Amino acid sequence: MIRIINGEVYDPINGINGEVRDIFVDDRSIAAAGAGGTTIDAAGMVVMPGGIDMHCHIAGPKVNIARKMRPEDHRNDVLPRTQFTRSGVGGSIPSTFTTGYRYAAMGYTTAFDAAVPPLAARHAHEELNDTPVVDKGFYTLMGNNEFIMQHIASGEKEIVRNFAAWLLNATKAYSIKLVNPGGVELWKSLGNAHTLDDEVTGFKVTPRQIIQSLADASIELNLPHRVHIHCNNLGIAGNWETTLETMKALEDRQGHLTHIQFHSYGGTPGGLFHSKVVELADYVNSHPNLSVDVGQVMFGDTTSMTGDGPLGYLLYQVTGRKWVNVDVENEEGCGIVPIEYKDKSHVHATQWAIGLEWFLLVKDPWRIALTTDHPNGASFANYPRIIRLLMDRGYRKESMQHVNPKALADTTLPDLDREYSLYEIAIITRAAPARLLGLAKKGHLGVGADADITIYDKNDNKEKMFSVPRYVIKDGQILVEDGHLREDVSGRTFYVTPEYDLEVEKEIRKYFDAYYTVEFENYPVQLEHYLPRREAVMCRDIK
Amino acid sequence: MVFEHAVCAFCGCVCDDIAVTVEDGRITQAKNACVLGKAWFLSHGQPSDLPAARINGHAVSLEAGIDYAASLLSQAHYPIIYGLSSTSCEAQRQAIALSETIGGNLDCCTSVCHGPSGMAVQGVGEPTCTLGEVKNRADLLIYWGSNPAESHPRHMTRYAVTPKGMFIPNGRKDRTVVLIDVRPTPSSRAADILITPKPGKDFELLWALRGLILGNKIEEASLAETGVTLEQLTDLAIRMKKSHFGIIFIGQGLTQSRGKHLNTTAAFMLVRDLNRTNKFALMPMRGHGNVTGIDNVLAWQTGFPFGVNFSKGYPRFNPGEFTIVDVLSRDEADLIMSVASDPIASLPATARKRAAEVPMIAIDTHESETTRRAQVAFIAATAGIGAEGTVYRMDNVPLHMDKILDLPFPSDEELLSRLHTRVKELKS
Amino acid sequence: MPEGKLTLITGRSTRQGAGISTGKELEEYQTATTVILLSPIDMERFGLHDKDAVRLKTRFGSATVTCRSGDLPAGIAFLAFGPAANQLVGGDTQLSGMPDTKGFEIEVEPIPA
Repeated sequence: MIRIINGEVYDPINGINGEVRDIFVDDRSIAAAGAGGTTIDAAGMVVMPGGIDMHCHIAGPKVNIARKMRPEDHRNDVLPRTQFTRSGVGGSIPSTFTTGYRYAAMGYTTAFDAAVPPLAARHAHEELNDTPVVDKGFYTLMGNNEFIMQHIASGEKEIVRNFAAWLLNATKAYSIKLVNPGGVELWKSLGNAHTLDDEVTGFKVTPRQIIQSLADASIELNLPHRVHIHCNNLGIAGNWETTLETMKALEDRQGHLTHIQFHSYGGTPGGLFHSKVVELADYVNSHPNLSVDVGQVMFGDTTSMTGDGPLGYLLYQVTGRKWVNVDVENEEGCGIVPIEYKDKSHVHATQWAIGLEWFLLVKDPWRIALTTDHPNGASFANYPRIIRLLMDRGYRKESMQHVNPKALADTTLPDLDREYSLYEIAIITRAAPARLLGLAKKGHLGVGADADITIYDKNDNKEKMFSVPRYVIKDGQILVEDGHLREDVSGRTFYVTPEYDLEVEKEIRKYFDAYYTVEFENYPVQLEHYLPRREAVMCRDIK
Repeated sequence: MVFEHAVCAFCGCVCDDIAVTVEDGRITQAKNACVLGKAWFLSHGQPSDLPAARINGHAVSLEAGIDYAASLLSQAHYPIIYGLSSTSCEAQRQAIALSETIGGNLDCCTSVCHGPSGMAVQGVGEPTCTLGEVKNRADLLIYWGSNPAESHPRHMTRYAVTPKGMFIPNGRKDRTVVLIDVRPTPSSRAADILITPKPGKDFELLWALRGLILGNKIEEASLAETGVTLEQLTDLAIRMKKSHFGIIFIGQGLTQSRGKHLNTTAAFMLVRDLNRTNKFALMPMRGHGNVTGIDNVLAWQTGFPFGVNFSKGYPRFNPGEFTIVDVLSRDEADLIMSVASDPIASLPATARKRAAEVPMIAIDTHESETTRRAQVAFIAATAGIGAEGTVYRMDNVPLHMDKILDLPFPSDEELLSRLHTRVKELKS
Repeated sequence: MPEGKLTLITGRSTRQGAGISTGKELEEYQTATTVILLSPIDMERFGLHDKDAVRLKTRFGSATVTCRSGDLPAGIAFLAFGPAANQLVGGDTQLSGMPDTKGFEIEVEPIPA
């Protein structure tokens, strides 16, 4: 039993906005009342549910090849082992142990990797098992799956749905992810998709059809998190039209558009960017079926890693730095390039401002989540600073002094006075991601919720406040005190088990025999072995 | 009893279509396996009367062996753990944890096989793919310094050369195969084009080829030292530029010859340049067992793929400093622990000398020069035969190996975990 | 190629690879790793016949093996990975971690029967 008394509680799912009230923890869950045990006097402190990162890259083959590629990223940021914790390295692509510890030390207790190729699902689970403290899961890539594209083209909607369900079961993934739908397939012969209606060579299908079919599948399968979309044309000037088209293509289907900052550029391809956030945010504001996370860019060195192979090549051409490309049979691709975002760069400054515009222009905080698309826009270690940028207008104005003024002038950022409240921060970092993910026991402090709690000392400097929580409680255990992890624990992996017609396996088996290099029988991830600590999240009608 | 779809973990192909027959507690057949795979399944799938633990050659209880080995490990100042290719990722994790606890040095067989390829990735990146992309799309295959017929016998037949694929409907007929090697090998038969450069001239040849691909003029005279004519090289460059999807498989001919990581870097840069106009990939012919797995586990746990040192309490990486041949040749380590490898039989004599001077602990699945020489020797159940676990293919595709047979030995994973537990007790 | 010298390539062979599993103490592995292949031209140059014994030397060590004529360019010899090959390889990796395993110079001394 833990009692947290006298704290200022921010629990938006339960409508609690800074009221001083006591929180009780019984075993691993929030309880209505209780006595005995440990008491934390949180007077002068802020109490929130544990943070949730709904889109980051922390596990699996592309993260790991990025680690292998960048010893220089690790050398100056090392973590010695302690009595409780494993050693590791940091940088933009921390080792798995470091990833878990640093999320926890920042008050984050749940994180989802956003892009795992199905063929490498086992690898992602192995890494997640070595990512301590946080609960986790991943979305698996389907937007360039050749089996899916073939059956969309032939109009076999049910096979597509059954296959998607089979694939989620086989990979023990959490949701369906699209990355540059159709474009990554085209990249396998050096092409790309430029509009929603480009035909994917060899498959007689368009990005629009892929988006609509998989959005339908995610709804019909009642996935707790609906389709998660990385739109076509990421990073290209003028891409806002593609983004708007994608939103429109969803019609009234629910869908999540990720790292929307990277998709909100006006201009003409090859030229400079300007912001189109006003237009896109308007559309999101008036369409409650849509949600976004931001993918905020912060200045400094980081590593771009994406399932979007052609984007990886574009970044290599722009930066001239080292470049990894991996094409995955029948499924996906990936590109990795180190990148330094510079405040004096017109493009980078525009990206920075566009991210902030998104935060400040979306009216409903329940449909926008704080992310940096770690490590693409910046490391997750930047979250506290982003929170300060959102909560502290003065700090934001001061920060604008340092960035390329011409770039800034082409955005609405200088005119935006909005400041986030603690309540709104609790929404975009906890409550909204939990709701968007369909995790009923996460993101709030109501009775029965998982006892994942972060307690901050109040501080006018919100970056300081959110960098070093006073306490972090995970599953009812006090793990962090004053920024120090005092115990190493393992979180669990969330996955879904949607039902499907077993008949589809005959078709899939034939496909495997013809085009895969692993046996159909050896493809599915062994549940007991690779998800030793797990929680299946029910697929049910959430309407 | 027949295990269909068994996974062969002998080489980096990790074929997972082996039908393994078990009769009377031994493996009697491994259908579909190549000659190396058959040897692996059949010889590891046999009863053994070796003692599970020995101290100085005398059989002892497992507990006594673990106790003694743990005492050696906990007293060492600069222990090196080496090997870890022929075992599961689960065991590799335990080895890294142990190495961290004792503040030791950990290196894997990568440093003497494709370490230079890993260094090329760190320099310039890597355009690559999974083997199924090769099966489905590759119309030009170049094996450079590699002899797959002997090192990866099913590479050509199962993944690369002969199979039909999605965009390669006629299989072999739709592909051109080039073999570049300093000597003819049994792989030569499978090639349409043979190029035989002089030994140690791979870098020069790759650089000239890069020049041709980029449209630079190359003088015939400048090629003289490579043993390859301008006509041959130009023909190759034209084929590369005409291909729809080409791939270079690089072997130890590049990594172990003069130039080493510069050779591999040149190859990676060549392929990178080709992608301006052509889809092209490169794949190191990662070899023995699960050596790709240890690179991966090390990278996710420490940030670095081989040659990692924990003596400061955190991982450091420096090839040439923390790699096995260097550590031993400089007489640095004061204890050697070998896991799933046979360094005494496989390292250069100069490096082996140190092994005779310091205590050695060996864990292997069978008797070897290393187990015979070790103060403490453990026999472990072979991962993929007597123990389950994860193995990575040369293209980083992970597969799960089931346990096929009860062997009278603990797994590497269990042994390492128990050793670690005992070391922690001794150190606390 | 200077008199008495050859460029040695060490590497995998099928029998050497199978021997890792079947047993390095078995004759088949021993044979597989102690037969050096020479080009017919070099066999003649050194006055050697198949199965003749030769001593190989580098500045790091020496090994005695038997020779056989093989399909190789003149000046190049091949010896499978194994204890004999390891005697000839040095420990200097030029800060790469990788010893010079292929393409190094050896002295060849026929051993009279």
